[in-house]
Amino acid sequence: MSDAHAGPLRHHFATLQQQKESATLGMWVFIAQEIMFFGGLFGTYAIYRYLYYAAFEDASHHLDWKLGAINTGVLICSSLTMALAVHAAAVGKGKQIAAWIAATILLGSIFLGVKVVEYKEKFDHHLVPGPKFHYVPHAEAARAADPEIDRHSQIYFSLYFMMTGLHALHMIIGIPLLAWMGWRGWRGEFSALYHSPIEITGLYWHFVDIVWIFLFPLLYLIGHH
Amino acid sequence: MPTQPITSETMPKEHYLNADYGIRSWLLTIDHKRIALLYLLSVTVAFALGGAYAVLVRLELLTPAGDFFTAENYNKMFTAHGVIMVFFFMIPAIPATLGNFLLPMMIGAKDLAFPRINLLSWYLYVVGFLVTLGALFVGGLDTGWTFYTPYSTAFANSNVVAAGVGIFISGFSSILTGFNFIVTIHKMRAPGMTWFRMPLFVWAHYATSLIQILGTPVVAVTILMVAAERLFKFGFFDPTRGGDPILFQHLFWFYSHPAVYIMILPAMGVISELVTCFSRKRVFGYDFIAMSSLAIAVLSFLVWAHHMFVSGMSVYAAMIFSALSFLVAIPSAIKVFNWTATLFRGSVSWQTPMLYAMGFIGLFLIGGLTGLFLASVGLDIHVTDTYFIVAHFHYVMVGGTIMAYLGGLHFWWPKMTGRLYPEWWARVSAVLVFVGFNTTFLPQFILGYLGMPRRYYAYPEEFQVLNVMSTAGASILGVGFLLPIFYLAWSMRYGRISSANPWPATGLEWQTPSPPPTENFPRTPVVDEEAYDYTRPPKEIALV
Amino acid sequence: MWQGFPLFPEQASSLAARVDEFYIFMWLVTAFFTVTISATMLYFAVRYRRRRADERPGEIHGSLALELTWTIIPLLIVVVMFVWATLLFFAQRRTPDDAMQVTVVGKRWMWKLQHMTGQREINELHVPVGKAVRLMLTSEDTIHSFYVPAFRMKMDAVPGRYNETWFRATKPGKYHIFCAEYCGTEHSGMIGWVYAMEPTDYQLWLAGGPAPVSLAEMGQKLFAERNCATCHTPQGAGRGPVLNGLPGSKVLLQGGEEWVADDTYLRESILRPSAKIVSGYQPVMPTFQGQLGEEDLAALIAYIKSLPAAAGDAAGRPSSNVPASK
Repeated sequence: MSDAHAGPLRHHFATLQQQKESATLGMWVFIAQEIMFFGGLFGTYAIYRYLYYAAFEDASHHLDWKLGAINTGVLICSSLTMALAVHAAAVGKGKQIAAWIAATILLGSIFLGVKVVEYKEKFDHHLVPGPKFHYVPHAEAARAADPEIDRHSQIYFSLYFMMTGLHALHMIIGIPLLAWMGWRGWRGEFSALYHSPIEITGLYWHFVDIVWIFLFPLLYLIGHH
Repeated sequence: MPTQPITSETMPKEHYLNADYGIRSWLLTIDHKRIALLYLLSVTVAFALGGAYAVLVRLELLTPAGDFFTAENYNKMFTAHGVIMVFFFMIPAIPATLGNFLLPMMIGAKDLAFPRINLLSWYLYVVGFLVTLGALFVGGLDTGWTFYTPYSTAFANSNVVAAGVGIFISGFSSILTGFNFIVTIHKMRAPGMTWFRMPLFVWAHYATSLIQILGTPVVAVTILMVAAERLFKFGFFDPTRGGDPILFQHLFWFYSHPAVYIMILPAMGVISELVTCFSRKRVFGYDFIAMSSLAIAVLSFLVWAHHMFVSGMSVYAAMIFSALSFLVAIPSAIKVFNWTATLFRGSVSWQTPMLYAMGFIGLFLIGGLTGLFLASVGLDIHVTDTYFIVAHFHYVMVGGTIMAYLGGLHFWWPKMTGRLYPEWWARVSAVLVFVGFNTTFLPQFILGYLGMPRRYYAYPEEFQVLNVMSTAGASILGVGFLLPIFYLAWSMRYGRISSANPWPATGLEWQTPSPPPTENFPRTPVVDEEAYDYTRPPKEIALV
Repeated sequence: MWQGFPLFPEQASSLAARVDEFYIFMWLVTAFFTVTISATMLYFAVRYRRRRADERPGEIHGSLALELTWTIIPLLIVVVMFVWATLLFFAQRRTPDDAMQVTVVGKRWMWKLQHMTGQREINELHVPVGKAVRLMLTSEDTIHSFYVPAFRMKMDAVPGRYNETWFRATKPGKYHIFCAEYCGTEHSGMIGWVYAMEPTDYQLWLAGGPAPVSLAEMGQKLFAERNCATCHTPQGAGRGPVLNGLPGSKVLLQGGEEWVADDTYLRESILRPSAKIVSGYQPVMPTFQGQLGEEDLAALIAYIKSLPAAAGDAAGRPSSNVPASK
């Protein structure tokens, strides 16, 4: 039951190589599952966007694309720092791992902070779906283009909150995982021979980044030229 | 007697059951075999609860009037029956008990790839089950296990969100099990165990795991959307807010149809193992059975809208889903033919596992072929949402999966416990199950065609005779299901001690003591022959 | 003997016999395969019963010929099933042109049926034998499903849309209506009867009872009750556009867009008047959302359609909609 006995090799694996390959395959399988998880929402988005394009376009303009772009940049940078952390682990530089992880967590937190600002803004402008939802079209002609814009924009914002919320939740789960990896790295647990945990955590983080890279244009940039 | 299992004087000295004692050694175990037994206990509890609700439902249906329970309570009872049976019994039963126990052994591994995640899977199951039970017992849920919108999102005054959370949590149990199995099969096979030397049970679980990881997340996110709609008034499925209630059905069935193949594929894997051992002959058409499992997994994702033929879909969409639904039946047919051919010129024993296997083949034929009735849109229009559907899916799920589960449980019981079950009682139970089952569900085909809809607690008088027959059958079926609980428990203490390989059967799991040691094999086996080689006597086992 | 133990509902529609024929065919195929395969299996199990504990039968890996046979033959059989069932399905979905229409609204827990001639029924549907009937189904709340076993007909009633199905009753009689989509507490109570009647009896039924009010007459009553005439006068002197001759014509909306005043537009303008304001008018019409049910809306629309077009009304509608006060 103890996993500290023979170094990193767990008892049920024959070799470290087998263990590493299993961990990596496992992460890819998990990511396939995550793609299907978000897939349901992306599918719903695709259908409603096709049906209610005018409303979606107008509602998208209520999002601050500049904040979204900043967040995109922040997350991409965090993927870079994450990759550097994994590299540091591969060469066994424990302190560097911790530093790069800290940078990743910092960037991730900035992302979440910006999201809080955005969410609050939506709340103030009555754009949170529910009884208090009150939609003021961004463009004059929007209501003429879609008389049902009050209902359809509410669908847009339901999707906005659901998709970005789920994404943010994945980041909130990821950050403690990162912290754990950073701590293990600081303690010198990773080396060229054994750094699967941080590698697969990195894969997870990159996946979360990629989801955002899809969310940003789909939610923020509808109709932007 | 030619069909007596081989007994032994004594149990092995050290095995996984006595390797450690105390509740902590069970609740914190990472041994896949102990986890399998934890699951066995849990799913049996679930089955008993789900079965109890079924009894109550059938009691109400003895009379045409709704005079036993109130309408609300009846609706909560059939919902509880469905939710518990589908999510907490049918989905995990074979994979999490037999699959967990046998998969590593069948491929010569010491454990699954991720033993701690395996334990986590069990805890997620238990937590999910408790949360759901809380929702079912305290206030109840009355949406049906399919919780269609807008009823579930805008009208139901019951614990939709709480039950949804419980099911969501248990969904991750299913996902993690599938994930564990896939990596294990890819990476942990013993030297010489190539893909096409693996037992068909393993192939079946591989295909099942593919469905688990790709399908379950979709229903998970759908549950979240339903919860968001109830709690925050998001409007995905609400027509008064621009949403579409039919979208829910698409999202729901995109998982729930493949889910029924999660339920049947492992059962088919069990049947392959039973048929070969009790014919003492390799499975006829091994490659075809293996590939048909994969074909079923892929095709299962393409047919979901056959549950929605009367929702108002276009003629073209209906035609496509109808054609694909016919297609998905073909790989299953191939299996049935191959199993039957396996008996040809074999050495057939009529012991209990084989009785269940033969029962499976007959009942799965009826269940699967009545599925073709439903793929036929013109006919489905008349019988959908009636008792015909209820009869169809019980034929495949009970006549199919549960019979395979019981057959497998009996077959591997000596391996898991070191004891033999009492054969006479087991045969009696098998016969009771078969007779009781058909008496319960055959009348329901007729009831459905006559027009009795599902989920009705009161019905026109002319349907009473068939309903009474059905309830009578249910009482026989209930006895048939209860008996094994008693004699299997009894056998753990008083059953005859089994040898390592009592039947005897091929397969790596039988080349190690019964019960096995914690690490499964004293030395990693090396595989140099195909599966199911019955031409030679079983290998000698070095009992360390 | 069969009367005492029926296996089929009555065949009371033009397609019922075809559905039953296909059903019997399917059972024959099912019985054939179930019996032959089970019998083969049992025969093998008996014939090759284990006689000695150490029996070792020979090896048979498989047979490509057999695999192909029992793949291709089932494939051909399901193709036959598919074609037969799909042709039947086409017939079920092709509503005859001469069908009479009945609007069916499902509501927890009752069926509200509305004939075009004005009759309204609750949980009952009177129809003449031999005439095709088109059902336009919708729901006011949850999804329901309108099911008449004797006609082998079922279609969901979904809120927010209309689903269409049809039948032609062939035998006078009384046939069950069931709701077939679970909709809550009294789902099993949401039942009724179709009364298929000889045409002469049907005429009697139409004429019997209080003189049925046509949809348009109902609409006229509502129009007066709700004071629509206060703003919508035939001469165009009120605060609202003239409604005479409006249905089907083009209107000029604020913002310059032209819109065809079809049924959907009319319905929307009653429920959400600010959605499409006619050019030159103020957004002062109150909304009737929540105050008028589907039947009321249908009645008002029928009434508006029945209004005579204003005298001298040429192609250019907008000119006659210049508001009085400008």
